[in-house]
Parts: sequence; C-alpha cells; structure tokens
Amino acid sequence: MISQVFILSSQGDHLIYKDFRGEAGSDVVNLFYEKVTALTGDQPPVVMRHKDVHFVHVRQGGLYWVATTTADTSPFTIIEFLNRLTALVKDYCGSLSERSVQMNFALIYELLDEVVDYGYIQTTSSDILKNFIQTEAVSSKPFSLFDLSNVGLFGAETQQSKVAPSSAATRPIQSSRDQGGKSEIFVDVIERMLVVIGSNGVLMKADIEGEIKVKCYMPTCSEMRIGLNEEFSIGKSQLRGYGAAVRVDECSFHQAVRLDEFDSLRILRLCPSQGEQTVMQYQLSDDLPSAPPFRLFPTIERDNGGRLLMYMKLRCDLPPKSAGINVSATIPVPKGSVSLSQELSSPDQSAELQPQSRAVVWKIPRFPGGTQLSALFKLEVPGFSSASMLEVGPVSLSFELPKITATGLQIRFLRLSPFQPGPAQRWVRFGMRTFDSDHEVGPGPSEDPVQDCFHWWIHCLLYLSQQDDVCWTESVCCLTS
Amino acid sequence: MPYIGSEDTVRDLRRVLSNPNVQSDQLRYRNTILKVIRAMSQGVDVSGLFSEMVKACATVDIVQKKLVYVFLCSYATLNPELSLLVINTLRKDCQDPNPMVRSLALRNMTNLRLPSLVEYVEQPLTAGLRDRAACVRRVAVLGWAKLHNLQTNSEIDAAVVNELYSLLRDPDPVVMVNCLRALEEILREEGGVAINKPITHHLLNRLKECDIWGQCEVLRILQRYRPQSEDELFNILSLLDVSLISPHPPVMAATLSLFLSLCSGLPAVGLAALERVRGPLLAACGNTSREMQFTALCHIQLLLRSLPGLMGEHYKRFFCGYAEPAYIKQRKIEVLVELVNDDNVAILLDELRGYCTDVNISTAHAAISAIGRIGRSYSDKCLEILTELLGLKQEHITSAVVQTMRDLVWVCPQCSRTVCSAVEGCEAEIQDSQGRHALLWLLGVYGEQVSSVPYTLEVFIDGVRSEASVGVKMELLTATVRLFLCRPAETQDMLGRLLHYCIEEETNMCVSDQALLYYRLLHCGIEETRKVLQCRRSDPSLGVLIGRPAEPINQWSYIFNTLEPLRPGAIETESATIGGSPEHMTFDPKPNNDLSDTLSYSFGKTVRSGESEHVQCPTIFRCSPQSLQAAMQLVNIQTLAFTPPHTLPWRVYLYTNTQNKHSADTCHGTLILGELLYTGEEIQKKSKDEENVGVEARQDKREEEREEDTAEGRSEKERVKKNTAEKGIKVTLKQQPRDEKALKGFLSVLTTVLHALSSE
Repeated sequence: MISQVFILSSQGDHLIYKDFRGEAGSDVVNLFYEKVTALTGDQPPVVMRHKDVHFVHVRQGGLYWVATTTADTSPFTIIEFLNRLTALVKDYCGSLSERSVQMNFALIYELLDEVVDYGYIQTTSSDILKNFIQTEAVSSKPFSLFDLSNVGLFGAETQQSKVAPSSAATRPIQSSRDQGGKSEIFVDVIERMLVVIGSNGVLMKADIEGEIKVKCYMPTCSEMRIGLNEEFSIGKSQLRGYGAAVRVDECSFHQAVRLDEFDSLRILRLCPSQGEQTVMQYQLSDDLPSAPPFRLFPTIERDNGGRLLMYMKLRCDLPPKSAGINVSATIPVPKGSVSLSQELSSPDQSAELQPQSRAVVWKIPRFPGGTQLSALFKLEVPGFSSASMLEVGPVSLSFELPKITATGLQIRFLRLSPFQPGPAQRWVRFGMRTFDSDHEVGPGPSEDPVQDCFHWWIHCLLYLSQQDDVCWTESVCCLTS
Repeated sequence: MPYIGSEDTVRDLRRVLSNPNVQSDQLRYRNTILKVIRAMSQGVDVSGLFSEMVKACATVDIVQKKLVYVFLCSYATLNPELSLLVINTLRKDCQDPNPMVRSLALRNMTNLRLPSLVEYVEQPLTAGLRDRAACVRRVAVLGWAKLHNLQTNSEIDAAVVNELYSLLRDPDPVVMVNCLRALEEILREEGGVAINKPITHHLLNRLKECDIWGQCEVLRILQRYRPQSEDELFNILSLLDVSLISPHPPVMAATLSLFLSLCSGLPAVGLAALERVRGPLLAACGNTSREMQFTALCHIQLLLRSLPGLMGEHYKRFFCGYAEPAYIKQRKIEVLVELVNDDNVAILLDELRGYCTDVNISTAHAAISAIGRIGRSYSDKCLEILTELLGLKQEHITSAVVQTMRDLVWVCPQCSRTVCSAVEGCEAEIQDSQGRHALLWLLGVYGEQVSSVPYTLEVFIDGVRSEASVGVKMELLTATVRLFLCRPAETQDMLGRLLHYCIEEETNMCVSDQALLYYRLLHCGIEETRKVLQCRRSDPSLGVLIGRPAEPINQWSYIFNTLEPLRPGAIETESATIGGSPEHMTFDPKPNNDLSDTLSYSFGKTVRSGESEHVQCPTIFRCSPQSLQAAMQLVNIQTLAFTPPHTLPWRVYLYTNTQNKHSADTCHGTLILGELLYTGEEIQKKSKDEENVGVEARQDKREEEREEDTAEGRSEKERVKKNTAEKGIKVTLKQQPRDEKALKGFLSVLTTVLHALSSE
C-alpha cells in the first residue's frame, strides 16, 4: 500500500506530490530530502524511515522517485512499481529528466491518478492507460540542427535517412497521433557485460546480461514476429557442433510473447503494446564467445626521484571496421598522489587526476579496431612506500561498442502481420553495452600490482528496410545514456 | 518553498481566472488552470483560488476537469463549505454516458475526504457498484473503503459488505482484487476479509488473469488461509509453483512468502521452495535497477540464515562491480563472507583484498572486517592480508585492521603471535578512539609478548591529559595495570603517574572510579589483582563454534518480503556480537565465581511475581555442566552459573545479548536474562523474583546507553506469561529493552536446545 508518491529533483525541488491516503502530512517531502542529503556512505539509502513513515525511493534520470508506505509492505512491489512508473513517464514524456517532468506535470498527475487509487496499484499496462490519458505530452527536446541532417537535398533519399537519429526513440508515445501518425517500431538489442581478466590475461569471470526491448509507437499493432539467429541455443546441453552457434545460459520472455515458433524457427511472436517493453532477457556466464575487445598491458615502476611511472598499452582487438567509443580507463592510484604528468599517443585523448576518487581517468573518444594506444603517467606520491603499490589498481575500463553483441545474437527479420496499411517503419537498434567488466590483473609478487577492468556498454543501430528481407545498413549512431 | 511574491501570483491568477474572456476561450482557461496547479506543486499556497476553481469544474473538457480535481482534492479539507458546491457537478458527472467521466467523478468525490459529504456520496457509489463499465466498478469498490475510513466509528453496512463479497466473482480481475482490498479495510476490526475454502480456490483459479500487482495482493491475502488437509495443501503448492519461479520479483517474493506460511509445519518443503527461488533471486540480483538488486541481496541474506549452502557455487555473482554504490557493495561483502568454503577461499580473499582500499571508507572497513571474519576459519591467509594492509600506513585502514585483529585474537588465540608482531609500531597512525581502544586492549593482554609495549604505553600516558575519549582512558588504565602484573619493573613508574593523574585530576567519574578501584586492588596485593585482571584471552564459546548453525525458517519468515531486511544492520551476523566481547571481559572486574553470588543475591533482592515457561525435559539436570555450556554457546547463549549436576533444586542462570533484528525503535541490542529451575517435583506456580542484572553485566563501552536504559527501561521489564505445563524445567526470563519477538525467538531456541540435550 502506497501512502504518498513524490518526485524530487536532485536539488530538492518539489516536482510532483500526490497524497493517496491522506495519512501523513506533506512535510514528509522536506523530511525526506533532509534525510537523503544527510546520508553518510554506509547507510543504505533505498529505505529510510521516520517514525511510522517509511520512504522507499529509486533514483532515475537524476530525480528521486519516492513512495511512502508502511513497514510490512513488500519492497519488491514498491521498487518494481517505482521503476514501472519511471518507465511510464519516460514513455509518455519522451525522456526522463527534471525538465521533462516539470513540463509534463499535468500528464504525470493524470498518470498517477489512473495508476494508483487509494494507495493500491490499479494497472500499469500502457494498453489500458492509453484510453484514459488525455493530456498531450510537451516534448522537451530542444531544436537541433542535427535533426536537419536527415533531410536530403530536394527531398532526395539520402543514406542518412535510412538511419534514425539516436533521439528518434526518445519522443513521447502519444504525440504520434497528431504528428502525422509516424508509426514506428524500435527494437533494441542491448547487452551488458562484466569481464574480469587477471594480470596474466586469463579470463577470470565473464557475465553477459542481454535484453531485447521493443518500443512501439503504433497506436494499434496486430502481431509482430522477431526472428533471431537460427542457431540460437539455450543452456549447455544444446550446444551444437559448429562453432557459430549463439548460446546463452538462461532466457526469459515477456508474458505476452508467444513461443510456438520459437523451438523450431527461433521466432518470437508478440503484439506489442504502446511504449517500451522488454521482450526477452538472457544471461550467459563464465564463457565468452569471443575474445574481450580490449587488452591492457600495464607496467608500473618507481623512478629514482620517487615518482610512480605507469606505462599503459591498450590494444583494441575488434575488427578494423568497428570502433570503441567513449572509452574511459580509471586507474586507482595511491592516496595523496599529487601532480600528474602525462604523455598520450594522440591529441584527442585526455587524462586527469581526480583526487576525490583517488584515480587517474584516461579518456579516449574513439578507438578503432586493430589499433593500439599507449600512455605514460608520472605521479608524484609523497611518502611513497612499497605497500602503496597495493592501492594501484584494479584498472577499470568502460566503453561503448557499436555494431557488436558479445553473444553474437542477431535479429534476422522483423515482420508485422497482417501487413499494415500506411508506412510503418521498423527500426532495429542493435547493440551491446558493457556494464561492469572488471579486467583484473592480479598482482605479480611485487612489481606488477595493476589490475584492470573493463566496463563496456556497446550500442549500435541498424536499420531494416521496408521489404521483409534483411538489409543491414551501416550503423552510424551510438546512443549514450 | 515560499515564493517571493506568492501573494501576487495568486492575485494575478485570480484576476485571469475570473476574466469572462478567458473563461470563454477553452485553451486559455485550461492554461491558466495549469499555472495554478504548477504553483501548487511547487509549494505555493493557492488555496485562496478555491471558489474560482470550483467554477472551472463545470466544463466539458476532460483535461480541464482532471486538473481542477487535482486542485480540489488537495484543498477540500480547508474549505468544507465551498466543497459542497462541487458535489452537484460531481453527481451530475456520475450520470454521464462516458464511463471515463463517471469513474473520474466517482473517484474524486471519494477523494475529497470530507465527512460532511458522505451522505451525498453513498448513492452514486451504490450505483457505481452495478455500473456496466469495469473502470467505474473498480473505483466504486475502493470508494467504499475510503468512505469507511472517513467515519471509522460508524457501523458497517452489511448490505455493502455482501455486495462486495459477491463482486469477488466480477469478470474484471481488478474489480476482484479491489474488492479484497476494500473488504480488508472495512472489516479490519474482524481481522479482514474472510478467507475460506471456496474463496481461496476461486482466487487461486483466477490468479492467472490478474496482472502482477493483483497477483501480489491475492497471494498476500491468501497467507491467512490454512488448508484443511495435506492433499489440499499440496494441490495449492503445485498450483503456485509457476509463480514461484516467476520472472517478476514481486510475484516471486509474494509466492515464497505464501509458501513459507503454508508450509510452516513442513520445514522440508520450505527448504525445497528456497532452493527453487534461487534462480529468480539471482536474476533479480542482476536486475538493471540498483534498488531491485539491493532488495534481492537483502533477501538472499535472509535465506542464507536457513540454507547456508544455497548460493555456494554462485559466489562470483556477489563480486562487487567497480561502479556500484556503497550500500550494494557492503551487502555483497556480507554475503561473500557467508559463502566461503575450502575451494573458493583463495579467490574470495583476493577479491576482498581489492575492496579494502575502496575510496568509500565504510566499504573499506566492511571489507577488512569481512577478512577478519573469514580469518576465524582460515587464519593464516587472512592475517597475511591484514598485515600487508598495515603497511599502507593509512589512518582509517590501520585502525580498522587493528580492531579486526583484536576481534580475531579473541576468537582464535593461536593468532596472537602474528598479531602482536604486526601491531607493533602502528600506534602512530591510529587517530580514532575505537582503533586506539582496540590497540590498547591488545597491548594490555599480550603485553609480555611485545617488547616495545612499555614505551608505547608511556606515550599514551604522557598524552592522557589531551585524551578526549573516556573509553580509551579506561582501557589505558586496565592495560597499564595488566602490564604491571607481567613486567613490573618497567611499568611501575608510569602506572603510578597514571593512577595519580586519574585519581587526582580526572573529572570523569567513571575513569577516576576505575583508577581508585585499581589502586585499592593493588593494596590488597598482587595475587588479588591478578585474580581480577588476568582475564580470559579468548571467548571459550567460539572454540566449538565454526560456521553458523542453520536457523529454522520461521525465525525470519515473518519479515520476508517486508521492508525490514532492507534496513541497515537488520540481518545481523550473530558471531559479530561476540566479536565485541573482549571489552566485556576487560571491564568485568568480578571473577566468575563471585558473579553467581551477585546474581543470586540480586535475583532475590526485589520481589516481583515471576512469569515463567515450563519445558518438559526433566532429565536435563543430569547432564554435565560442560555439555550444557557447550550446547548453549552453540546458539550464543552464555551461561553465568549453574548448580552441580544431580543436585536439587537445580538451577542455571544464563544470558544472551542479541542485536536488534526486529525491534524498530531501538538501535541497540536487547539483553535477555534467564533462570532455569528444576525442583524435581510438581512445580506450583510460585513467584520467582529477579532483578535486572543486565545493567551490571553490560559492557562499559555502552555506558551511555546503559544509563538511558536504566532510566527508561526499568519500568518496562519484560516477562513471559505462559504457564502451560505444570511439570518440568521452569524458565524465567527477563529482558531489557522490551522486544517481544526476540524473546519468543530466544524461547524457541532455548527449548530446542534443552530438548536436544535431554534426549541424548
């Protein structure tokens, strides 16, 4: 049972406040903000309490989404609800930010009114809600010249028009009915992955979590068929003889997915409702189908002047056509390190010492496959001792890779049946992101105490032609979240 | 957030709202109302516009209507008279052909929360229950619950209740679930909606139609149902099996809760269910939402209490990601400690060592003390890591390591040699009082093993004037006296100086009293002092205790799927309480044999009627004190004193100190004292008296708490009132502060132990 729901900006501004049961006063909002800002590191901020009021909150889009409730409520339910609420707001307002919430507060009040009555969750299905929601969303997207780049000269079909801009999927679902009925479907294949690699290059741990998300802008969509790789297999027993098989350990589907053709043809059938939904989730652990995309070769030593020298060689093992972008390596350094001097192999890279997180952050905006970069960092560490070496590492690397999924999962085709009248556009945004991949280099006995970890988030965009057969075009756009 | 010129804003808005030109232009009218709502949600007091907004309510524009209702529901309680004007519009809307308008009107009519309007609302609500449109029925059903809570003292309308019961068969699943919710609220006095066999089976059959929120609600309410036969129980369980492995964490958790409450009599089935949810719970740990990950982690900790081996092979799933927030990391570290076994200990320690230098200090401390806990079973490797960490020469790490080492030595005295050589020379880095406290304890107890101790203590004694912490001063006193006992020549002079300062100049009563005590003790002679101060160096109970015994599921099942496990320190690691025990021994100046006298004396001091419980195991008094003590300590109950076996009356005094698992309002643990009495004959209900010795037994470091306790706690002394059996062992319990659940848990554990012992 939910007593109140409110949304706060990170500065503590009240954006939305709705009291469902009239049991507690509205001063709890300020109370919550005081509590959340007074937090020290070791208190779990998810649940807080003040007398009988329990605050449960999630942070999304830089905002606090808070529900107050009683002690015996299920935390799973409340947190799932708050996450679902953020997803709904994102669907209806286009994006999640302080600005979009501020501009669409009337819409959000309306949503809350329909979703929760007297503290009880009524429905969060966008199919049902779309009949009730009347307010139009105000799009907070600023005008951008980049949007014009899609318009061909004299209306000619350009290469770019086959690729949707990354912002295409961040518009409100309901504006479609006025804006010329641009009915589109976006399919996202996103993989997040965690890899830990020891200093000797041995893969110590690998976890991949992937999901296929469908975002549907069509007011009515009959049935959609998504074809996956035919050699897709689940579980260890089904491993087929050929190396090309795409294998995952576990796989779960949205309840609306019909799987009658899945066993034989690897086709998912579903009638997507408006908005975003996760159609399929899968996991793969302890077994990477391909080599990790990056490899780090660190050397650490002390020079005569007591400075710490870190020589980092980073190699990108991707095929030459693809590239990693927004690559950022975080190298923890001993406490009290001052003055970093650096030698980087190209001018677009940058590195800085962040004293509060005790780390050197090395940023590489674009890193083509098959190339190698190097960097030399010299650190002044007062009071350096041999034990300080323990504090160096593990290095973690985060990046986005377009066009690649670690598991090799592909979308063969995307069909709508029966055929939709009018131009229904189907976009497949297909990609992988790394989330926490620790490339951990176990310390050698004394001299090589560096560990590096990868954090990858790879995302790419592919386009399906309007014919039913597949025609992948160049992926251009990378989403950054 | 008061706006500058908020009065101006309100005046402007009022002018625009009452402008006839604006009123005739729908778009402008709506936009003005939008401005009002915006001001309202930003915290401006716009209640002055109430009458204008009431007028704006009469419109055909649904968006405008909705906006106005948001306003009216917020301010109706301030303007009950004006709100009467709205009722007419609302009642008219209830007749509207559009079901959306009808449900909207009905919902807001009940949301006004004005008792004076109840008479106008009842009729539309009754009509709403029979409406064609499901969305109207949903609103109407909950409307009755709102109405009931507005006037709780009025009697319940039986006709409405009957109607609601019949609507449980409504074709719309949300209406059905809302009926359950409404009946729960209306019939709260009678214990909620009646859950009998037909209703249960009806609900179970329709479970699939509901969405996940409805399923959770139904599953929660079904927890009250008790199946009549085992066959029925297993039918229900097999029906629910699908939901148990649901990919939606809320459904999975609600189903497991229901499973556990249905199978409370069948522990084996409960354990099987725990095995079954392992997959979904692990999946929830990998959820994209951090908050969901955290929730799943906290509940995994609960499950591990009963099935320590549940996650053994999945330990890698609990390795911390580098960008994870501290609250997740710390929970993961706690889980990792539970998962250690011979195969993975090397990898786990390697991983934990990486966390020790975390940027977040409390995460680093959690990792260090986790290594210490693993050190209880794998001391060599852990000590190696801890010693290495001392080399970092960082204040907070050194302090945490020394505290961890102190706790480790208390449990594993065999580590003392390594620890002693490690802590030598690290006093310069430790700045915080807890770290120095721990260091002093180590130096005092193991003074003869470390050659440089006198010099270290001398530095402390020279700086005692500027020492702020009372605890450190008292520890310093004890440590110096202890050192004097083993190395008198080196220590005599500084001990004299310290005693002189503490007795003559120290303003704190505790410190000067303790110094006086030692001074007088030393007068009595060295042997007397040695008897008092030569304390135990380790906790004898922990020699037997390796790993935590699995708890029965019902110890925690009632907090499963509530907010309780998410609270900091909610899942207490039992051994951690004992970890702090060195201080207890340090500050307990009475030798053990004295204690029992004190106890029995104080037990007899105040006469109060004793409440007690009888346990049927009369053979218990024949078992040897050693086995009894060992068995009690396995479950963390400490025995204070007992009579020799085969003597009558046979008595045992015991105590336990639990951290708060359930009590919401106390941040400290609760202390339970108990007396077992076996007279060998029929026990008449006679009064047993006791006194709260807890105050004395408490550790000095909790001194402030203690004072609070005595002030507030004496009055609320706790008794168990259960006079079931007339023969057997009589158990008298006393607790402070009051915590009913902990007491019940303690009783059940105690009973189990006694039964186990007497059956041997």
